[in-house]
Amino acid sequence: MKRLFGWMPGIVSMAQGPWGGKSDGPESNDGSGGKGAGGDGGPRNPWTQPGRPVGQKGPSAIEEMLRRGRDSFGQGGGNGGGFGGLPQRPNGKALWPIGIAILVILWLVLTSFHRVGPQERGVVTYLGSYSRTLTPGISLTLPAPFAAVTIVDVEEIRTIDVGSTTAENENLVLTGDQNIIDLAYSVRWNIRNPELYLFQLSNPDAAVREVAESAMRAVLASVSLDDALGAGRTAIEQQVEQRMQEILDGYRSGIRIQGIAIKQADPPAAVNDAFKAVSAAQQTAQTYLNEARAAAQQVTAKAQGEAASFDKVYEQYRLAPDVTRRRMYYETMEGVLANVDKTIVEGTNVTPYLPLPEIKRRAAQAAPAAPAVSSTEGQ
Amino acid sequence: MPAFLRNPVTLALFVLALLILLGSTIAIVPETKQGVIVRFGDPKAIINRYRQNETFGNTGAGIIMRWPFVDQVVWIDKRVLSVEMERQQVLSTDQLRLQVDAFARYRIVDPLRMYIAAGSEERVSEALRPILGSALRNELGKRPFAALLSPERGQVMQNIEAGLDRVARQYGAEIVDVRIKRADLPDGTPLDSAFTRMRTAREQEALTIRAQGAKQAQIIRAEADANAARIYAASYGKDPAFYDFYRAMQSYRYTFSPDRAGETNIILSPNNEFLQQFQGRR
Repeated sequence: MKRLFGWMPGIVSMAQGPWGGKSDGPESNDGSGGKGAGGDGGPRNPWTQPGRPVGQKGPSAIEEMLRRGRDSFGQGGGNGGGFGGLPQRPNGKALWPIGIAILVILWLVLTSFHRVGPQERGVVTYLGSYSRTLTPGISLTLPAPFAAVTIVDVEEIRTIDVGSTTAENENLVLTGDQNIIDLAYSVRWNIRNPELYLFQLSNPDAAVREVAESAMRAVLASVSLDDALGAGRTAIEQQVEQRMQEILDGYRSGIRIQGIAIKQADPPAAVNDAFKAVSAAQQTAQTYLNEARAAAQQVTAKAQGEAASFDKVYEQYRLAPDVTRRRMYYETMEGVLANVDKTIVEGTNVTPYLPLPEIKRRAAQAAPAAPAVSSTEGQ
Repeated sequence: MPAFLRNPVTLALFVLALLILLGSTIAIVPETKQGVIVRFGDPKAIINRYRQNETFGNTGAGIIMRWPFVDQVVWIDKRVLSVEMERQQVLSTDQLRLQVDAFARYRIVDPLRMYIAAGSEERVSEALRPILGSALRNELGKRPFAALLSPERGQVMQNIEAGLDRVARQYGAEIVDVRIKRADLPDGTPLDSAFTRMRTAREQEALTIRAQGAKQAQIIRAEADANAARIYAASYGKDPAFYDFYRAMQSYRYTFSPDRAGETNIILSPNNEFLQQFQGRR
């Protein structure tokens, strides 16, 4: 918002005109100019007068240049000033009213026309009293001391950040279940009604921040920690927005809340590890489940495979049970007995001698020779 | 034009004097101000007094006349003003400490009373600030900590507002609303114990999750085993005798395989089924 003309209460409000006039106003400015012109006994023209002595006191390159510029302008002014064919040095009487008139006209033009941009509104006060709001475009009002225009940008979305996403500054907020979270959010707002915005609240920008904090904490005091950390965020944002709008409307502040954005809602750093442990536990539990599912798949698949192969064999076996049975028996025995030490003992009165110690010794010899092999075989 | 005005110096002085006179005679009342006209310390009139539901443009703002050098205008803000309470500790009935800061918004509705009682808006704020603090302490001290985190909070605020408004009326002000900005646990033990509670709650949750996961995994494995048993039974149940034979064959092959550990010595009797033909009996 830029103020074109600040007005001061208590004294006649005058324009802070483009000439940097003090609160005395343009008339007195013009008056003193006239005084100076008259006092020095008829200068070339009023504009050259104040510049000369300053330029002579401390001439620098810039001042010199300015002075030259002024000189040439003064020359032109002087020639132009002689409207009625006056001589080169006109007397004071003839010239200073013209100067004043030009200044007055300039002032009228500059303070009566107001350019209001497409995103702006101009609030017009006539002698302090609100009169109307200017819509975009060029508008005409009374000149400065009578009318003042305050331009307000109504489209610009302003943002207020509360809390920060950095670790050092924690904005701790209590939730409904007496837990604490670290919250950072931003509030976007704009001006809905410029005259209310200007006239209702003493410090509307600070009010938005205070109301935001108050509303956010009030809403969070009604939700649980888990909601605040995760699923409930959108609902919280909406509730805060609604609550803020209600409060600000209660003030008749002319402010519209465009939205709340929760940028961060985390557990505080002090307990963050415990929260991480929870997600780690969730991962672990998931791992257990995955492993179990994999094993289940294996067991089931093995069962299905073995059952299917049995079924196949059984189908053939049913066609010729005896033959198949014998074939399978011999094949198996062949495979088994081909690779082992065999002893065939004849007769019933022969006592078979089983050299158990010798077997143990042989086993002991074999064991150190290939321990690695036996261990892998064991699996 | 009178003769003395011919001289620009006198003209300028004249204009200046006129302006000063004009400036002290008229006053422009903006929309954001109300005022009391004071004549030698004696309040004479109120200008642009706040009325409820007034619309801008129809207020008392505008130009007013007064006696120059005699009447003085005391300007008073007409807008909604804010008073903030310093952070302070509040003890709830369940002996929990809370750091609370609050703010109140008020508007001066009776400029004359405010001028007499306080003199300026700052003095009103200064007067209201400690009262806001004590009202808050009293009201919150009557309730348990949990009440602050519940819909009861609204009731608390209403009580505080009513109490504060009673005092504010004495200063010609009206409380628009009172709100708690923050209500935090103070640093140190209360905050730490809250953190500890949160931490243990999370640890419990973590353990529960892990145990639940293990339980689920066990159930899944058991179901798979049961399923496998059903499949086996459905298939092998068709001919248990053949299954016995078939599985025995598989088992022999596996057990006596040279890949297994340990050496196998088999001592056979010629009566063995395998050696039936060896003896040439049939």
